[in-house]
Amino acid sequence: MLRERIQASGYTFFEKLKSIDYLLILLILFISAISVFAIYSTEGGKLSFYTKNHIVRLSVFFSLFIVLSFVRVSTWYKNAYLFYLLGLILLLLVLFFGISASGATRWINLYFINLQPSELMKVAIIICFARYYHRIQSSDIQSFKFLLQPLILLIIPCYLVLQQPDLGTSILIAGSGIAIIWLAGTNIKYFIYSGLLLLVSLPFAISVLKPYQKSRILTFFNPDRDPLGAGYQIIQSKIAIGSGGFFGKGFLKGTQSYLEFLPEKHTDFIFTLFSEEFGFLGSIILILLYILLIYRIINVGLVSRSFFAKLYCFGFATAIFLYVFVNIAMVLGLLPIVGAPLPIMSYGGSSLLSIMLGLSIVMSCKIYSQDQISAY
Amino acid sequence: MLNRGRNIEKGRVITRRMFVLAAAKILLFTGISSRLYNLQISDREKYEILSDKNRIREWKTPPQRGIIVDNFNKVLASNDRVFQLHLILDEINDFDLTIFKIKNLIGLDKFQVKKLYKKKERLKPWDTLVVSDNLTWEQFSKINLYLHELEGAKPVLSTSRFYPYANNLVHIVGYVGDASPKDLEKPEIKENFVPGLKVGKYGIENSQEKMLIGNYGIKRYEVNASGKRISQIDYIKERQGSKVNLTIDIEIQKYAQELLKGKAGSICAMDIYTGEVVAMASSPTYDPNKFTHGINQKDWQEIRNNPLKPLINKSIAGLYSPGSTFKPLVALAALEYGILNPNKSIRCKGHKHPYELYGVKYHCWKKEGHGYMRLRNAIKQSCDIYFYEMARLLGVDKLSIIAKRYGLGTNVLGDLYNDEKNGLVPDTKWKRRALEESWYLGETVINGIGQGYIQTTPLQLCLMTSQIANGGYKIKPHIIKDENINYKDVINKIKLNQSNFPLHERNYLDDINVEYYQRMYHKKSNINFILDAMFGSTNEQYGTSFKSRYDDPKYQFAGKTGTSQVRRITDLDRELDLDTDQIEYKKRDHALYIAFAPYKNPRYAISVIVEHGGSGSKAAAPLASKLIKKIIDRHKLREQFNNGNTSLA
Repeated sequence: MLRERIQASGYTFFEKLKSIDYLLILLILFISAISVFAIYSTEGGKLSFYTKNHIVRLSVFFSLFIVLSFVRVSTWYKNAYLFYLLGLILLLLVLFFGISASGATRWINLYFINLQPSELMKVAIIICFARYYHRIQSSDIQSFKFLLQPLILLIIPCYLVLQQPDLGTSILIAGSGIAIIWLAGTNIKYFIYSGLLLLVSLPFAISVLKPYQKSRILTFFNPDRDPLGAGYQIIQSKIAIGSGGFFGKGFLKGTQSYLEFLPEKHTDFIFTLFSEEFGFLGSIILILLYILLIYRIINVGLVSRSFFAKLYCFGFATAIFLYVFVNIAMVLGLLPIVGAPLPIMSYGGSSLLSIMLGLSIVMSCKIYSQDQISAY
Repeated sequence: MLNRGRNIEKGRVITRRMFVLAAAKILLFTGISSRLYNLQISDREKYEILSDKNRIREWKTPPQRGIIVDNFNKVLASNDRVFQLHLILDEINDFDLTIFKIKNLIGLDKFQVKKLYKKKERLKPWDTLVVSDNLTWEQFSKINLYLHELEGAKPVLSTSRFYPYANNLVHIVGYVGDASPKDLEKPEIKENFVPGLKVGKYGIENSQEKMLIGNYGIKRYEVNASGKRISQIDYIKERQGSKVNLTIDIEIQKYAQELLKGKAGSICAMDIYTGEVVAMASSPTYDPNKFTHGINQKDWQEIRNNPLKPLINKSIAGLYSPGSTFKPLVALAALEYGILNPNKSIRCKGHKHPYELYGVKYHCWKKEGHGYMRLRNAIKQSCDIYFYEMARLLGVDKLSIIAKRYGLGTNVLGDLYNDEKNGLVPDTKWKRRALEESWYLGETVINGIGQGYIQTTPLQLCLMTSQIANGGYKIKPHIIKDENINYKDVINKIKLNQSNFPLHERNYLDDINVEYYQRMYHKKSNINFILDAMFGSTNEQYGTSFKSRYDDPKYQFAGKTGTSQVRRITDLDRELDLDTDQIEYKKRDHALYIAFAPYKNPRYAISVIVEHGGSGSKAAAPLASKLIKKIIDRHKLREQFNNGNTSLA
């Protein structure tokens, strides 16, 4: 039956196989493998709960990625708003039925998985905007209407996520959305104006922040303000990375992590652990892998014919970049500590699911790169 | 077509903007990479140190104190196992709660709790508070049982000082106690200190701190973020302090201490050739073990308020007028300077006709007088009149040269004891400098019978006796075994010197420094005269210590009694002529005795002082007699042991 559908779509199965971006798959597998070792190390070299879970999730979501890659790109296009709407509904559900952990309500219980809808929203906003801008003519793009609509589409999920509270994800969603608004060709002056506006309103914005968020930001500027409290994570993370040196302390020998000095080492601070054990060399290689990944995604966008595919790929590439950058800059003490996982590396089902989902759409763009999508 | 053109334009915009974004991404990645470079390569060392500081924590382990042994290797100060409870202050969040829990566990009273709070105030927040340094086993096991509930509590298995001969040695060995801030300034303590470590407070324990304290060990542990020890990385073992070997013979010491029981005073005994102090008793005494864990108020008051002053080490810190025990030295000086012919006879006419000088009367101790006396008899019967005249002829400056040479006026044991006194040998220069007065001849006269300004410690008298008894040779007195001294050599050196009688260029009548084991006399015959006179004093009828003599040549000794006044004797006193026990204790004379034994081939010198004991012949000489027997009985054992010779020769 599958075969019939493929034929019907004008691509033979072999054509599809041929157009798969194997390098991208290889990169994903490679980073996944690294992540398994890293998570394994967080458990002190024992094949325990986190490692097992991570392996299971990687296998499941990677399979999902492969399967979803063959979904036609037009199908994604058609269902883009639906996807966004689903994300919004889930975010609202979090608001009412969410599960709390460490002071934040971010998850809903789906019985087989505790889903974090904000992570799905990260992809949903990209696909939604890609569709939105797909059909807008470049001449219309500067009009007030087309400026306001996406802003509303963006602000609603950002606000909902901020309420959880989850500043990090909210910023990442906003960042991805703004990236597509930029890519679509919105006049540069809007960005400059809103940038200035943001700067001016920053003091007011800070006053709205939760006390712990404020303290995080203050601590970011001066970690020694409270070395055992809010500054602890930044200080310990920097110590771990710095003490890794060029070659690192060696696999399973990261003292900062196995002696529990590193907080949240299997999620947000996984890079710190990796960097402590594999040093400057390992870190640069990992960053290069991410650059390569981003490059491959951009490449898919470049070879795609449809604007939807282009916008999506460039947008998703930017999103991946943002996740990686924010996470690493954060653990290096360059940005305040806001919850932001490192794609694929960090332990966490929802994040992994959304990344794999996002990548499968990229792969779908690649396989069906010659598809023209009519605006309907 | 138009639509298509627009589309191409839109595609271009998207691609262009993508490239702008890509450029920004590359820029930001470069930023991250340079930050990584900064942390991991430029500042690597700094972070490595910080990381090690995080994960490695050191614990210092206290060293065992070196033991102190006597001449026969008998342990005089040892280390006992004790159980202690320490609190690591920076691991405690709620100090009050922790103290409350501990209080209930080991049963501290209000006073002790208060003391702990006071103690804590003086400590820095990262210091260790020693809650108790001597827990019972029951308390210790209770603490261990509830350890998980006690923040920062650390049960410690430690050792503490124990003195098996407690009261018998405290003045020699001293005791240990908690280190005071002043103690911690001493480099040897500062370098090796570990919280809870006891340091020497007095005596050998104090002066030999460098030897005894040892080096602490270091246990390095890898700890996790909550401070739990994960693994031991390193253990530098602590090193026990070195053994300190004393020259004391504990059996003799014990006996000397026993002889002084109930009295205030001192007994010193010394090897006249080697200078080894064999016994140095001071009475009354106290138990040093009470100080180890902090003495309680009641015991402390008892020691402090005792009128016989147990805290004073009378052998070296007690100053006494030597009285008649000074006479052999005065006679020696007079002979050496050729002041008078020993056959010169002077008449002692008793209290009715005392010695007179510039209108001041000087009495002999004997009411009815000694009659005509020659020098030997004057020493033997201790006639004061003879010595008044002889001192007058001699002059104080010449006397002081000889007195200083034979060991008076400077401390004997160097810096071993911080309370050892120098004593005082007066001369005209001294008086002018210290009192800004000129010397009166009357002062010389009473100096001749060991009264007046002159002050000596019992150990100095013992040294003086030794150096006369060994034939007039300077020896090196010591109480810690000196590996550098070859005893056989020393004895041979002195004895050979005696027999060969070498001619020396130097004039022994000048104020000169004499090297160890070199002669100090001018004419050998003078020394021999004094020794013979002392023999008479003990072993011939009318000798002052005739009653304490031994006829057995093995124990036969020669000595000189002394009775030193603690106040001026008035004419009324002379008239009353009360017995010692009729006089108020504080006003009684000190009883002194010096002796050497055996008379033929002497080996030991002894000095005895009984404070307010009355006359030397009644109160001091009998003690000396008893101790001399003990010393001579143990001489063979000592010789064998010191020569490493186990066969009975």
